[in-house]
Amino acid sequence: MSVTEKDVRYVANLARLSVSDDEVKFYADNLSRIVALVEQMNDAQTDNVEPLSHPQDAPLRLREDRVTEVDQRDDFQKVAPAASDGLYLVPKVIE
Amino acid sequence: MINHSLTELATALRAKEISSVELTLLFLDRIARFGDLNTFITVNEEMALEQAKAADERIAAKEATPLTGIPIAHKDIFCTKDILTTCGSKMLSNFVSPYNATIVANLANAGTVTLGKTNMDEFAMGSSNETSYFGPVKNPWDTTTVPGGSSGGSAAAVAARLAPAATGSDTGGSIRQPAAFCGVTGLKPSYGRVSRYGMIAFASSLDQAGPITRSAEDAALMLQTMASFDPKDSTSVDKVVPNYLDEFHKDLSEMTLGIPKQYFTDGVDKEVTKAVEGAIRTLKKMGADTVEVDLPNSDLGIPCYYVIAPAEASSNLSRFDGVRYGHRASEYDDLADMYAKSRSEGFGEEVKRRIMIGTYALSSGYYDAYYNKALKLRRLIVNDFAEAFEQCDLIVGPTTPTTAFELGGKADDPVAMYLNDIYTASINLAGLPAMSVPVGFDKGGRPIGMQLIGPYMDAGDILNVAHRFQRETDWHTKMPEGYE
Repeated sequence: MSVTEKDVRYVANLARLSVSDDEVKFYADNLSRIVALVEQMNDAQTDNVEPLSHPQDAPLRLREDRVTEVDQRDDFQKVAPAASDGLYLVPKVIE
Repeated sequence: MINHSLTELATALRAKEISSVELTLLFLDRIARFGDLNTFITVNEEMALEQAKAADERIAAKEATPLTGIPIAHKDIFCTKDILTTCGSKMLSNFVSPYNATIVANLANAGTVTLGKTNMDEFAMGSSNETSYFGPVKNPWDTTTVPGGSSGGSAAAVAARLAPAATGSDTGGSIRQPAAFCGVTGLKPSYGRVSRYGMIAFASSLDQAGPITRSAEDAALMLQTMASFDPKDSTSVDKVVPNYLDEFHKDLSEMTLGIPKQYFTDGVDKEVTKAVEGAIRTLKKMGADTVEVDLPNSDLGIPCYYVIAPAEASSNLSRFDGVRYGHRASEYDDLADMYAKSRSEGFGEEVKRRIMIGTYALSSGYYDAYYNKALKLRRLIVNDFAEAFEQCDLIVGPTTPTTAFELGGKADDPVAMYLNDIYTASINLAGLPAMSVPVGFDKGGRPIGMQLIGPYMDAGDILNVAHRFQRETDWHTKMPEGYE
C-alpha cells in the first residue's frame, strides 16, 4: 500500500511536525518505499501467535512507594528555553 | 603506547611509566591532529585533565581500579554532567546535561578520564553516521567511505587510536556494524545488563549500551564496569555481574557454534563470506564443533524492526517539544505552532521520516496491520533463536552483508540503508548479546567483521571465544595507515 500525500499531512500533524508542500511529496514517496519493505511481514503466518512487545516478556519491577528523587528543579530549568520563577514559559494557551 | 591494551595501560600507569595526565594529553593531541575524521562533537580538554590529575592521585594512593587513569570517549547519546550532550542533533545542540548517565557515572567512579563526546547519527538513527547534524565521520581505513553507524564516531576514534576505548549504543546494530566497518571489536550486551538511565532513548525495548574497543579482553574490562543493576532503569536486570575475565578459561572443545544457513546467502558480499568462513575454520582448528542451524524468519527481521523501532521512537521523541530543553523556534503563532516549528527545525530528515513511519504504524486503522503484526513476528524471531540455541552455544555469521560503502553512496535511499542491519537487528528484537570481531579485509583494504551471538545473559561465552580467537589471529591488531 502506498502512503498518500494526505496520509503524510495527517501523520505529520499527529507527530507535531510541519512539512512544506515539497516535503509532503518527498515523504510520501519514501514512506511508501518503507511501507513496501515492512509489508514483507505479510509473508509470515502469525495466526495464534501472542504479540511480544518486550524481549524480557516479564512484568515490570515494583518498588516501595517512597520519594527517591531529590529536588533538582533549578538545575533542570537552567537548560530550558524559557523559564522564570520555577515555571516553564510557553505561549498563552487560555485568553 | 597508542597500541597498548587497557590492561597494559593500567600496568604502565601503576609502574609510573606514564601518568594519566601524560596519557590524556597524548590522546587529546591525537584527537586534534586527526580532527578531519570528525569523530568528536565535543572535546573535553579541561575537565579531562582535572580527571586525569585526580586519577594520578588515586593511583599514587594505591586506590586504583583496573580502569583508573585510562582516557575514554563517550558516544554523544550519553548524558554527561556539565558537558554538551547533543545526540547528533540540532534539537539538542545547546543541551548541557544536568546529570550523568549511569554508565558515565560507573566509568567515572572507576577513575576513567572523559576525552570527549563522539559523533553519531542523529538520535542514533542511521547506519553511516551521515545523518549527524555535525557532519559525517570518515572511516580511517579509507576516508572516502563511511565508518558505519550510529556509533560511527566511537568506532572510528578507536580504530584511529584517538581513544583506547569508547562507549556506544546499539538499537539495531549501531555498535556492531560500525565496529565491523572500522576493524574494531564491538559488544552489544544482553538487554537489561547495562543501565539505560541517561542514555537518550531511541527505541526503549531495543536500546542497549556497550563498549567499542580493540580487543575482546578490553571489551570485557569495559563491560565489567559499565554493567550494573540500576533501580533508575525499570528494565535493568537484578543479577550479579560476573567477572568476565574469569570466563576466559573455557576451552573451545567445549563449544558448539551454530552456523545459520540464512546468514550465508548470495546477498552477502563474497569477500565477506570468505573471511567469515576462514575465521570459522580457525575456530574449528582450535577445537570448536559446528552445526548448521535454522533461523527461518531471519529475512523478516528488518521489516519487523522497521516497524517496532520507529513506533517506539515516535513515542520517545515526543518529549522534544521546545519547552523543557533543546531547540525552540524563534517565531511562532501559538503553542501548537511552537511545537511543530521547534520540532521541524530541530529534527533532521531521517529522524522525521522515522517519527512519521512510527506514527503511521501506530495510527488508528493501521495498528493491527503493522505494529501488532510486527510484535507477533518478534515472538517468532525470538523462538527461532531459542530453538537454535538448543543445538549450539553461540551463533556465528557475518556482522554486515558488505564492507564500508562510499560516503553518500546510500544517503538517498532509506531502504538500501536499512538493509545494512539485516544480520544485526533481529538480535535486538530478541534482546540477545552479540559482538563483532575483525576477521580480515576485502581487496580494497576495508575491514570485515564476524558476529558472535549468544543466549540471553551470556556475554561471557562470546567474550571467551572472541578472546581465544584474538590470541590465534592478529586481525584486531591491524591499524589504518597514516595514524601512527
